[in-house]
Amino acid sequence: MSAHVVTGAESDRIVTLDDVSVTYGDTQALRGVRHSVARGEWLGLIGANGAGKTTLLKAIARLLHYDGTIEVDSRDVAALSRRQFAQLVAYVPQKPEFPPEMRAVDYVTLGRTPHLGYFGAEGPSDRLIARELLERLGLRAMALRQLGTMSGGELQRLVLARALAQEAPVLLLDEPTSALDLGRRVEALELVDELRLERALTVISAMHDLTLAAQFSDRLTLLAHGVVVASGPPDEVLEEGSLDRHFGTQVRILRTEDGELVVVPRRVHPKGNHA
Amino acid sequence: MSIDAARQAEPRDEVSAPPISARLPLLVTLVVLVIAILISIAIGPADLSVGAVVSTLLSHVPLIHYHSSVSTINQAIVWDIRLPRVVLGALVGSMLAIGGASYQGVFRNPLADPYLLGVAAGAGLGATIVIVANSGATTLLPFAAFLGGSAAVTLTYFVGARFGGRSSGASVVLAGVAVAALFTAAQTFLQQQHAQDLQSVYSWILGSLSVATWSDVGLILPYVVVSSVVLLAHRRLLDVLRLGEEEASSLGVNTRRVRLTVVAAATLGTAAAVSVSGLIGFVGIIVPHLVRLTTNASYRVVMPVSIVGGAAFIVLADLVARTIDSPAEVPLGVITAFVGGPFFIFVLRSRRAHQGVL
Repeated sequence: MSAHVVTGAESDRIVTLDDVSVTYGDTQALRGVRHSVARGEWLGLIGANGAGKTTLLKAIARLLHYDGTIEVDSRDVAALSRRQFAQLVAYVPQKPEFPPEMRAVDYVTLGRTPHLGYFGAEGPSDRLIARELLERLGLRAMALRQLGTMSGGELQRLVLARALAQEAPVLLLDEPTSALDLGRRVEALELVDELRLERALTVISAMHDLTLAAQFSDRLTLLAHGVVVASGPPDEVLEEGSLDRHFGTQVRILRTEDGELVVVPRRVHPKGNHA
Repeated sequence: MSIDAARQAEPRDEVSAPPISARLPLLVTLVVLVIAILISIAIGPADLSVGAVVSTLLSHVPLIHYHSSVSTINQAIVWDIRLPRVVLGALVGSMLAIGGASYQGVFRNPLADPYLLGVAAGAGLGATIVIVANSGATTLLPFAAFLGGSAAVTLTYFVGARFGGRSSGASVVLAGVAVAALFTAAQTFLQQQHAQDLQSVYSWILGSLSVATWSDVGLILPYVVVSSVVLLAHRRLLDVLRLGEEEASSLGVNTRRVRLTVVAAATLGTAAAVSVSGLIGFVGIIVPHLVRLTTNASYRVVMPVSIVGGAAFIVLADLVARTIDSPAEVPLGVITAFVGGPFFIFVLRSRRAHQGVL
C-alpha cells in the first residue's frame, strides 16, 4: 500500500495542484493547496463540513474559478478546451440529476459527449460503449427503463456508467455513496475499486464515512478550513488527536483483528447519562 | 431451468436498445399536417373540394407541367387567399412550438414559453409604439414587434441569470413575469393615451392570420428557417443540458454558449413570427408537451416533431377560428388560449410528481 504513497517520478503523478486557492465572496474555501495524486491511486478526501472537499473536487473538475495551477497528465488544464479536458477527467456530483423520463441507455450514452463534435451525433461505436458499460455494471436488463423508475442503488451505478463512458483516466466522486444504505455503499465502492483496477483509473473521492474511506482509499487527505493538514496512508492520517481537532468531536480509532481501522465517535452524554 | 432460459432470452433485446429516433412520430405528424392543410384550404365561404385544391396546388409545382381544370376564380382563392394564410399559420406554429421547446430546454423549466419570457409583451409594446406613432399605419409593425420582443427576452435573460444563479430556470421565468408586467404596463399606458388607435392595437394583439399574404410569408420565412436550423442543430446538446449545469459542463459542453445561442435563435424566430401573426399564446407549451407525453422526452424527438406538430396545430386552430362563428372570425389567440389554459394546468399538475425538472 505504501508504494502508492511515495509519489516518485514526475510521470507517476497524474494530478498536480500548485498553490490552488478558491474564494467565494469574502470566504476563502481553499488556501494555496499544493498536492499531487499518483496514477492509479485512490485518494480519499476527508474533513468536516465546509473543510473544502467539494470545492477541491470542483476546482479539479474545472467547475469553478481558482487561482493557481492544476495539471492533469502533465498539462495545465486551464489551457485545454472543455472537450479535451472532459476526455481526461470525469466528475460525479454529490447529487446527480436524473431526468425522470430519460431512458437508462440514453443517459449513459450522453457520457460520450466529450468525444463528439459540437453538432455531432452518437454513432454505433458510442452506443456499443454504453451497452458494454450497462452490461458491466449489471444494468443490462434496465437499458430501456426510465430513470424515474429506478432505485437509488441502480441510479448510483448508472451515474458511474455515464462517467466511465467518458473514458477519462481520472474519476472524481463527490460523496459517491451518501444516498445509499450500508449494503449498497459497500457494493458501490467495491465496484469503483474493481473498475479502477480494470481500467487503470485514478480515483479522487470526497468521503464522509471515515471507516469506509480508510477501507477503500490508498491514501487519505485531511482538509480543514481550506488547507491540507495531513496526507498519507489511512493509519497515519486517522489519528485521534487530529480528528478530534478537525471534526470538533472526540473519536476513538479501533483496529479490527484484520487490521482495519474503525472510527467511532465518543458521545458527549453516554447512554442514559443525561444530566 | 425455465428461469435460466428466461434470463437468457429476455435481456438480450433490452440491451440492443434502438437509438433515439424521431422518424415514426415525424411521419405521423407530417400526415396530420398534410391533411390539415388540405382540409383547411378546402373549407371556407366558397366551398372547394379537396380534389380541386390538390389540382390547383399541383399546377403550381414547377417542372411537372400540370394544367388544372379548376376555374380561374377558385384557383385564385386557393393560391392567393387561402394558401398564404395556411402557410403563414404553419410557419408561425412551427416557430412558436420549436421556440417553446427550446426555451424549456435552456431554462430547464417545463412552463417556459415565448409568452412567459416576455416576448409577447415586448412585441406588443413595439407594435403599439408603431401603431400609435403612425396612427394605424403598419408597414414598420413587424420590425418594431420584433425589436420589442428581442429587447424583452434579453432583459429577462440577464435579470434572471444575474439574480438567480446560472442554472435556475425558475428565476428566469419569474424575471420573465416581471419584465412582461413592465412592458405590458408601458403598452397599456401608451394605448390609453391614444384611444383612437385602440381598435388596431387590439386586433393585432389578439392575433390573427386574416390578412395573410405571400409577402408576409416571405418576410418571416428566412427568420423561421435560420432559427429552426440553429435550434435543431442543438437538439442533442439540449439533452445534455437536461443533466444539469455541472454535469453538462463536466461533459465538455460550454453551457453558457449553448444557452445564449439557443435563446438568441429562438427569440429571433418567435419575435419574427409574432410580428406578422399577432400574439398567439400557449402553442409553445402545448405542442412540445404533447410530443413528450406521446413519444419521448428527448429533445432529439421533441424538436423536429414540434416543428411539424406546431404547424398542424395552428393550421387546425385557424380553421376553427374562421369557421366556428362564420362569417365573423374569432381571434386565433382566443382559440389557442381556450385549449392552452386547461392544458397548462394539466402540465403543472403532472409535473409536480417530477418536481418540475425536465
